[in-house]
Amino acid sequence: MGRVMSQLPRPTSKSRDTNLWASPGPWRRLEGSFAHVFLVLCTLTTVLTTVSILVILSVQTVQFFRVSGVSPFQFLFGSDVESPHFGILPLIWGTAMVAVGSSLIAVPVGLLSAIYLSEYAPRRVRSVLKPSLELLAGIPTIVYGFLALQLVTPGLRLLLNPIGLDVEQFNALSACIVVGVMIIPMVSSLSEDVLSAVPQGLREAAYGLGATKFEVSTRIVLPAALSGVFASFILAVSRAVGETMAVVLAAGRVPSLSLNPLVSIETMTAYIVAVVGGEEAPGSPTSLSLFAVAMVLFIVTLSMNIVSRVVLARYREAYV
Amino acid sequence: MSKQTQGNYVPHSRSRRLLGPLFAIACVLATLTGVVVLAILLGSVLTTGLGHRPGRPWYHLPQNLWDLGQLMVSLVSKTPGESAQTTGFRVGVISSLWLLGLITLFAVPVGLGAAIYLEEYARPGRINTIIQTNIANLAGVPSIVYGILGLTLFVRGFGFKSFALGYSIWAGALTLSLLVLPVIIIAAQEAIRAVPITLRQAALALGATKWQTVRDHVLPAALPGIMTGIILSLSRAIGETAPVLMVTQASSLLNPPRGPSDQYVPLPLEIYNYAKYPDPADQTLAAGGILLLLVLLISMNAVAIVIRNRSGRLHRNI
Repeated sequence: MGRVMSQLPRPTSKSRDTNLWASPGPWRRLEGSFAHVFLVLCTLTTVLTTVSILVILSVQTVQFFRVSGVSPFQFLFGSDVESPHFGILPLIWGTAMVAVGSSLIAVPVGLLSAIYLSEYAPRRVRSVLKPSLELLAGIPTIVYGFLALQLVTPGLRLLLNPIGLDVEQFNALSACIVVGVMIIPMVSSLSEDVLSAVPQGLREAAYGLGATKFEVSTRIVLPAALSGVFASFILAVSRAVGETMAVVLAAGRVPSLSLNPLVSIETMTAYIVAVVGGEEAPGSPTSLSLFAVAMVLFIVTLSMNIVSRVVLARYREAYV
Repeated sequence: MSKQTQGNYVPHSRSRRLLGPLFAIACVLATLTGVVVLAILLGSVLTTGLGHRPGRPWYHLPQNLWDLGQLMVSLVSKTPGESAQTTGFRVGVISSLWLLGLITLFAVPVGLGAAIYLEEYARPGRINTIIQTNIANLAGVPSIVYGILGLTLFVRGFGFKSFALGYSIWAGALTLSLLVLPVIIIAAQEAIRAVPITLRQAALALGATKWQTVRDHVLPAALPGIMTGIILSLSRAIGETAPVLMVTQASSLLNPPRGPSDQYVPLPLEIYNYAKYPDPADQTLAAGGILLLLVLLISMNAVAIVIRNRSGRLHRNI
């Protein structure tokens, strides 16, 4: 090796003269470094966004606790939402109800459709269905809220009034239904990605032992992908927790701690909308309470996102 | 001999043969819920929006489409008036178009820049991981939190009067730009990542600088994917209601905004203002507004899908 290298012609001054390569001129270098600085600034914007969300929420939350004189414990566990008390337990309860109710609809349907897309569907069908799922996920949430008022609640009344159940104009059940339908595309698209990542070898081994398609899907692929599927559920539920317009239109604004899904509830997001619409003076306890509620909302959705991402990252490490 | 070896094998063939197709049918039905929901949604909006017109059954398509067209034109051209017949969404449509333009102006260059930096310039390491995680988490922050951010940062200027933009289109566009920024970055990163490394190597080997390589070779190759991502994110921004609810003041305006520092009421917000009243006339108007919004969004999405399908064909040729 060394001998071969030494036999190569050494660059002489003559060969350097005939060199056609020119180093980038000063203008090119300047342009490059300007571009670099611009790109760094763009990236910093995202960091600044996070920092300002955190700063605004925490400064105003502290301000809220100072002005209103409510302790954080009373704030989280008090059951009276009105002005001097600011106990947001009913709001947390309402949010939890929508999250659980909507996932009862979205998880089974989304998972089945993910299994269909990943295991059963022919390639051409899949190439049509995937974009249409995206289209469905792009429908504004206000449209779903309108659907709840216009179609779901009257439908529920038609079904449940004859058997003696009273359905209010605004109720938790119709909010759960529309939010559930709304996050189905998200569950199925995320779970489909996870299911497709299961190595083909596992499926082939099972088929080789004589398993049917059903057995391969439910006893091989699904258990192998379980942690990833679970992570995609959490991500979708966090969307339901932060959902605003559909819930405001469908579930109303009456805070309640009831288990009955046929009465009106108020979620954290609906409370924020109500406070903004109420034209409170900036700096009053009520107007500051919006930031404290938003802080809770932010922490809940952020931790759900982080958990789901950690689980997904481990899952990818296991298979890819 | 054969008895003994077959002893442990119980085929259960009938139940297995029955269960498989049943499960497959359940899966197909679950997948079709999406299509069914879309159909119900469009049907409900169309019937409510057209109101209860006497006579004609739904399958007289040409006449009904003509009616629908007329309805759209009247909804686009009229501003809020006293009665339902004279009311339209001109203010909302013009406000939303202003927002669309300004968001494109703010979010697209910044999002693209960040994506280029993260894919082409940043060295893998702890800081890069933190920034990536941060972007992924920002994409999951509820939109109403962005509304609060916009209200404090842009509308009120964080307490500094001279920075406050008030309830103007500027503030709304900046808020929505921050909202879609992470989505644009993630989409653009994926598109840039899909460009084959050989393209970069060829350009660098011929003596191009890093920036020349990115600008003249990587970006053009990634453009279809980037465009698709941008259009999808912009259509999401236009459909958002919760954050603009926080950064607009007027509930209805008589005249459409004439410049970016005017007050505005975007289309989704006008829809919300009608949809929250149970009165049938208001509901009809809300449905009409939703029709306009859906037409806008579906045409944006269709453009995005067409661009993606075309680029798929191009890539196969390379």
